[in-house]
Amino acid sequence: MTTLLTVKDLRAYYGQVQALHGLSFSLNEGSLTTLLGANGAGKTTTLRAICNMVRSTGGIEFDGKPLNNRSTESIVRFGIAHVPQGRGTFTTMTVEENLQLGAITRKDSAGIISDIERMYAHFPVLKQRHTQQAGTLSGGEQQMLAVARALMLRPRLMLLDEPSFGLAPLVVRDLFGILGKINREDKVSILVVEQNAQLALELADQAYVIETGRIVMSGKAKDIANNEEIRKSYLGY
Amino acid sequence: MELFTNQVLAGIATGAIYACMALAVVMIYQAIDHLNFAQGEMAMFSTFISWQLMQWGVSYWAAFLITLAFSFVAGIAIERILFKPLVKAPVLTNVAGFIALFAIINSSAGLIWDFTIKQYPTPFGSSPFLGSQLISTHQAGMIGVTVLLLLGLYFFFQYTRIGLAMRAAASVPESARLVGINTSWMIALGWGMATAIGSIAGMLIAPVVFLEPNMMGGVLIYGFAAAVLGGLSSPFGAVVGGFLVGIFENLAGTYIPGVGNELKLPIALALIISVLVVKPAGLFGRHIVKRV
Repeated sequence: MTTLLTVKDLRAYYGQVQALHGLSFSLNEGSLTTLLGANGAGKTTTLRAICNMVRSTGGIEFDGKPLNNRSTESIVRFGIAHVPQGRGTFTTMTVEENLQLGAITRKDSAGIISDIERMYAHFPVLKQRHTQQAGTLSGGEQQMLAVARALMLRPRLMLLDEPSFGLAPLVVRDLFGILGKINREDKVSILVVEQNAQLALELADQAYVIETGRIVMSGKAKDIANNEEIRKSYLGY
Repeated sequence: MELFTNQVLAGIATGAIYACMALAVVMIYQAIDHLNFAQGEMAMFSTFISWQLMQWGVSYWAAFLITLAFSFVAGIAIERILFKPLVKAPVLTNVAGFIALFAIINSSAGLIWDFTIKQYPTPFGSSPFLGSQLISTHQAGMIGVTVLLLLGLYFFFQYTRIGLAMRAAASVPESARLVGINTSWMIALGWGMATAIGSIAGMLIAPVVFLEPNMMGGVLIYGFAAAVLGGLSSPFGAVVGGFLVGIFENLAGTYIPGVGNELKLPIALALIISVLVVKPAGLFGRHIVKRV
């Protein structure tokens, strides 16, 4: 199995405040990896550092190529799609325009059109609402839209920041089911940050636990889920 | 009744110009959240360029197109050189930048072409339009060119990828970067387009107000009034606002005793203040609600 993403000794700063203290991990091609941890542990910052949305030092390599010092918009062109916390919906635009924006860096218009249809097959609710302003969708629908928008890039790696946030448990189940399917069938590697550890561990194959900006635990998702000590001390369930 | 129709049509014609200026102002406001006080001077300078080209023997429409291209490039250059470095600067720094730009362009135009009033040609002539005494061919031309411009812009923003990218960059910059849009260049492109739109307004109004370095002062204030009336967050509102302000200005000048031509400008300022007090978001603008 080849390594797709390597993060080495990552340190990130918000102004004078250091949020990550030398964080290292890696992600294999085709895997679904989860980063777990409490509020403020540095999960979101890690994703933001990968896309150069926060000042950071250390090594970030994607498919053997360094990502440091590249702009956010050029990192997207490597095939990294980032679904930010809060979903980042273009609320004043239609659902279909949101999907088109996901593919804005692509040049194959025929492929884009067929991919939009593919997204409607994945998420039928988006087809029903395709001319509607995206801001009028419910939270769950907007999260579906955000995932679909990211997939429109035909990414090799998808970064998901708290996809379950603010969603009803049933909707979350649905969404995670779709994520697993995308991972298996479309061969998209996924790095998902979650507070809902139980659910994320069911879905993922690899897991890392972050505490105050450092990796404190790593291993197969199954093993971490089965280790009562880790669960109690870090994951709170 | 004929006087009324006449004034409304004349109002629509000048309103077309205010609509262009308002649209230019709103485009830049959407991109960088600041009002471009120098929009009028930029349009004036462009108009002088076209005049100079015609003095050198270039035909009207060739000069028109060359000026559009020049304005587009100049707008991008101004953004890259002056305002890109100010992206994270406080509001007042930006305001100072706009005032500096205003003064620099105004004085340069005076230095190059001096402050005497010049005649500016119209390609449409100024005979009665279709034999009617209500509106002149130049006024009809002003409306026609503006309508064409608006249709073109609508098509561009609604149906082209780059238009879609520009809208995305203006509405949610962070998400736009995350789908791979170079938002910084989209802002520069917005400046280029706004400057070109402003130059059209300048070239169309110059036969009416005559060409001189201060020709756009009043026009820009009406443009601001139009943008505020329509809502600074709505390009559509800016256009509607432009036409409304044009009509309102003419009717007030004709029917309200004592306003005449001299007090027309205070009317625009009164309009700005009233809208800001009564309905700050304007007719078509969205209220910006922020979670705290």
